[in-house]
Amino acid sequence: MLLSPALAISAVLFTLGVAGVLLRRNAIVIFMCVELMLNAVNLTFVALAQRLGIGGQIFVLFVMAVAAAEAGVGLAIILAVFRHKQSVSLQNMNLLKD
Amino acid sequence: MTLTVFWIFGVMAIASALLCITRRNPVSSALWLVVTLFALAAMFVLLDAQFIAALQVLVYAGAIMVLFLFVIMLLNLGRPGPTDIKGPAGVAIAAVLAGLLMFQLRVLGSAPPPDAIQLPAGTLAELQTRQGMVGAVANPLFDAYLIPFELASLLLLAAIVGAVVLAKRKL
Repeated sequence: MLLSPALAISAVLFTLGVAGVLLRRNAIVIFMCVELMLNAVNLTFVALAQRLGIGGQIFVLFVMAVAAAEAGVGLAIILAVFRHKQSVSLQNMNLLKD
Repeated sequence: MTLTVFWIFGVMAIASALLCITRRNPVSSALWLVVTLFALAAMFVLLDAQFIAALQVLVYAGAIMVLFLFVIMLLNLGRPGPTDIKGPAGVAIAAVLAGLLMFQLRVLGSAPPPDAIQLPAGTLAELQTRQGMVGAVANPLFDAYLIPFELASLLLLAAIVGAVVLAKRKL
């Protein structure tokens, strides 16, 4: 009953996450948009778990573990970059471009 | 009734996600993302996933967002400055690509899963009354999904070591 609204909301949230990644230059905000995309997928998993078995809810736990690991390592990388460049803007991260 | 409440939380999630990607200040972006995560937790409750909803509040809205806010404030990024949102060309490209993606996702989402693989309605609720909210998730997690669970713990260990190595000033 709630499946199709859940899939619709999840699609909108995922699209907003992608738009945020394309729209922003601040590395931390881009990370938050990635978290938004992961959460949109979690909503799909939970909605489908209602009719396709509990496995979807278990997969959400694994997505949360991966998101936590990603946030920890990603923010550590941002800290390391900030120490060199005094900025978190992706425009200044061009070591491999030149 | 349930559907109305679900849509209220859905619109709340979408509106705060929109505010999250358009606020100039990273701190307000993070706080709007917290609102989105809470609305999602409420939607999880409506979808019979109470345990996942509790974890969503504890792990996402609690731990991960505190980490984000901590780094934003550690780097002193909250002060007003030039906007980091791209110019009109960037906005146009983002809108076109997001529109295409939205179209694809809607086409995918309009095809419901085939009836043959669907469980009869109420199976999940029956499992949850029999084994409890936590037990319904925990039993398969420590049985059929034991090896992925152990691998996830290994991943988290690697992430801890990696974060310490990367963030340390000098080794």
